Amino acid sequence: FRKNVEDFTGPRERSDLGFITFDITADILNEKSYLEIIFDWNVKQLFLYLSAEYSTKNNALNQVVLWDKIMLRGDNPRLFLKDMKSKYFFFDDGNGLKGNRNITLTLSWNVVPNAGILPLVTGSGHVSVPFPDTYETTKSY
Amino acid sequence: AMLSLDFLDDVRRMNKRQLYYQVLNFGMIVSSALMIWKGLMVVTGSESPIVVVLSGSMEPAFHRGDLLFLTNRVEDPIRVGEIVVFRIEGREIPIVHRVLKIHEKHNGDVKFLTKGDNNAVDDRGLYKRGQHWLEKKDVVGRARGFVPYIGIVTILMNDYPKFKYAVLFLLGLFVLVHRE
Repeated sequence: FRKNVEDFTGPRERSDLGFITFDITADILNEKSYLEIIFDWNVKQLFLYLSAEYSTKNNALNQVVLWDKIMLRGDNPRLFLKDMKSKYFFFDDGNGLKGNRNITLTLSWNVVPNAGILPLVTGSGHVSVPFPDTYETTKSY
Repeated sequence: AMLSLDFLDDVRRMNKRQLYYQVLNFGMIVSSALMIWKGLMVVTGSESPIVVVLSGSMEPAFHRGDLLFLTNRVEDPIRVGEIVVFRIEGREIPIVHRVLKIHEKHNGDVKFLTKGDNNAVDDRGLYKRGQHWLEKKDVVGRARGFVPYIGIVTILMNDYPKFKYAVLFLLGLFVLVHRE
């Protein structure tokens, strides 16, 4: 699947706050057979989340969940979302977003069975996004 | 049919030796259960390898009374999306929520933020005053598997002590009287 993103950063007193809008097109398939859909007899729901992963001077690894969704058994396992805004504030722990060239967005999901193991699956395909070198002074959000 | 009181006659018929034997049997069962529990603690690395979900903050995935199986291996890094069971300093009751944000330093120190699936806001309001992040030391374990409903028994036993005593009494009676 692929995502298209436009972004700009906003100034904050102490830490960087990033704004991202995104599209998601995804087909959630069964791990074992790519042709079967994920909702078999033992899958109660999927917890989907879009996370941004990046490194900064302060921190070797940062992961921030931007958006999540609960998909219940019976829902269509295809996603076709456009112009989504992040659900949660994308604050960095510091000022590591400015000029950060490599923010990787990935879609993952937690499979919740009726009973049994709780696996975390990462979707194949991800998008790298750069943040600009300057802050935005006007919020066109 | 009503519970007959024949077993009381059985108990009287048992001589001292048989009674001691049954008590030892009971002790063995209890010790074996404790050993299995300790073994689970070692294998999973968690001080509490099995926990009961107490609130509805993770619905619709987990409901009150569901049982969660945890691991807490030091090698497993904390990553977003994972379901963690953590304790807030000074509070006894562990909380089961999902990791929303992590910031990990080059030396491996990690601080993270959690949120219940069914909650509108993250857990910052739940943490200790002045505490903005959780750390590895606050984690009891990571949820790896679950079984629904079974934990209701422990919730009932907690909320209704009479029920707990009744269960223990019946168990004790059963073991003492059961002829093997």
